[in-house]
Amino acid sequence: MSPIKSLEDLKRVREEALEKRRVKANSGEIQIIVGMGTTGIAAGARETMKAILDTIEKDSLTGIIVTQTGGFGLDANEPIIQVIVGDQPKVTYGKVTAEVARQIMKEHVVGGKVVQEYVIQA
Amino acid sequence: MKAVRSMVLVSSDPQSMNQGAQLVFDRLQQELKAFGLESEISLSMVGDVGRHDAVPMVIVYPEAVIYGPVKPDDVHFLVEEHLYKGRLATSLQAPAKELTGRIAWLSARRGTLPAEQRVLLRRVGVIDPNSIEEYIVHDGYAALGKALTEMTPEQVIAEIEKSGLRGRGGAGFPTGTKWKFVSKAAGARKYVIMNADESEPGTFKDRLLLEGDPHSLIEALIIAGYAVGAQEAYIYVRGEYMLAQERLRTAIQQAHEMGFLGENIFGTNFSYDIHIHSGAGAYICGEETALIESIEGKRGEPRPRPPYPTTNGLWNKPTLVNNVETLANIPPILHNGAAWYRTLGTPSSPGTKVYTILGNVNATGLIEVPMGITLREVIAIYGKGMRNGATFKMAQTGGSSGSIIPASLQDTPMDFDSFNKAGVSLGSGALLICDDNNCVVDLAKVLLNFFREESCGKCNPCRIGNQRGFQILSNIAEGVAVLKDLDDLELLAENLYQLSNCGLGQTAGAPIKDVLKYFRAEVEAHIRLKVCPSGVCPMSGKKYHI
Repeated sequence: MSPIKSLEDLKRVREEALEKRRVKANSGEIQIIVGMGTTGIAAGARETMKAILDTIEKDSLTGIIVTQTGGFGLDANEPIIQVIVGDQPKVTYGKVTAEVARQIMKEHVVGGKVVQEYVIQA
Repeated sequence: MKAVRSMVLVSSDPQSMNQGAQLVFDRLQQELKAFGLESEISLSMVGDVGRHDAVPMVIVYPEAVIYGPVKPDDVHFLVEEHLYKGRLATSLQAPAKELTGRIAWLSARRGTLPAEQRVLLRRVGVIDPNSIEEYIVHDGYAALGKALTEMTPEQVIAEIEKSGLRGRGGAGFPTGTKWKFVSKAAGARKYVIMNADESEPGTFKDRLLLEGDPHSLIEALIIAGYAVGAQEAYIYVRGEYMLAQERLRTAIQQAHEMGFLGENIFGTNFSYDIHIHSGAGAYICGEETALIESIEGKRGEPRPRPPYPTTNGLWNKPTLVNNVETLANIPPILHNGAAWYRTLGTPSSPGTKVYTILGNVNATGLIEVPMGITLREVIAIYGKGMRNGATFKMAQTGGSSGSIIPASLQDTPMDFDSFNKAGVSLGSGALLICDDNNCVVDLAKVLLNFFREESCGKCNPCRIGNQRGFQILSNIAEGVAVLKDLDDLELLAENLYQLSNCGLGQTAGAPIKDVLKYFRAEVEAHIRLKVCPSGVCPMSGKKYHI
């Protein structure tokens, strides 16, 4: 990316990134966000992340983007993941151990059914 | 205290009691039961609420509506309208009045719900902290662009001053004023330092910002540098925050690639760079002058002040030192304007505040709410009630150097001025909530032990005073203290405050003062009866010889 030299440049970069996002959302892609702040990692977010990636590889799933983010501020519920299917509202899960992550992958990401047991009501 | 959706407080000062507060309370209890609301609404008598013209008064949270004078026969209507149907019973509202004292802030709240309002944390937990693109999508670097291309440095400072932003490191110094000092200081070479040495036990708000939204801090640092006329900035990060350091490094590199750092930023002739300096674990290095010494490669000991860092800071040059959370406020203020910022919080302390909640509550974690909400609200709404339904006894604000707040002050709004008036301090925003299984002597002992360990030893009052304080408190905990020790402790606290060189020693006396002021009976029980009412202290009879 070229350096930004004016407000117009900034606007252009922003528009491009927004466009990329719109394309992503429209394609019905599934986004999984894992909270990887210190509290999340201490509670086992790395294992959760690994379990998610393993499942994707083992079951050869496609159309899934896994990203990380900082903490959510809900430390009592770490590790936390969020699942966004296409343009549906995002679902936040708490206390997601590796095992729970595999269950969410199976039932929600593949099966399309939210795993109510672990949902955090904001 | 359980998790509730609403709280009802009845004033119970003598005047209210004369006017039938007890009857009102009893009727409320009956009516709540009749409507089947008793499990979701808490009801309590709260003593003097600071206003006596319309007693007895009934205050309903979270809307913070004051009703009064309430007669027992009004109660049915009030419960049905407000608590059952959810609309205000306006005919019963107390006359609007210029309020003073403990409920002065209620008028400032304008009857709004203290919902969590994420201004600083709006991107944390939403974006990928390692992606500058996502930051830009969420209005990132727009404030910087606006400042650099459309505003002069003076205008930037004026905007910050107008916003009324006050430092979030604990002292609450007006940020705009500090910026002005540095910008007016003589000398061409100036520095900006972001204090990210968050070492107060129980505070982790800065870490969340550093890890979750590093670019917002980079942006704020560049704006600060532009405003005060600095060429370089340092981020002093706590050594334990490895993840934060890694993400900051990535962010700085990305900012360089995009041209937000380096030469001629945004096509102007403003050039700027940011360095990261890792701390090595000393609590004292969170003190700004010790922090500066540490960056210079010397032993982390505070300098005598004045001269202040605003004129003689890093390498004896004018230096702006701001806390992470303070700086995180800058981009939203410039992006949305000072007038918008003023709509948040209370008039004397605008904006939001990030609190970390820990201790004996059901939900620990981190919240961002407008300034001026109360501890009672924090515990019931965000903490989801006390763990195991225990009784709230005290809270410790702001890590070790904050205050110990007794249950009687839980309706005091949490903003700088109200807390000052109540004689306690807000500190860095950690809220350690303790139930009645905790002993106040034990808590004070732990705190003094911390200060004793962390004192840098440069000045006598702090080095010796904290040691002495710890010994006296230990003797109380072991059941071998005498009453005269309490006088000594009081004098010691005063001396620590008056004579210490820097903030560490000055604040070390605060918890002792609070303990003696609010919990004297409990402390005296340790001495007179040789028992710890909470059953925590060992009471072994072992004596520390002083």
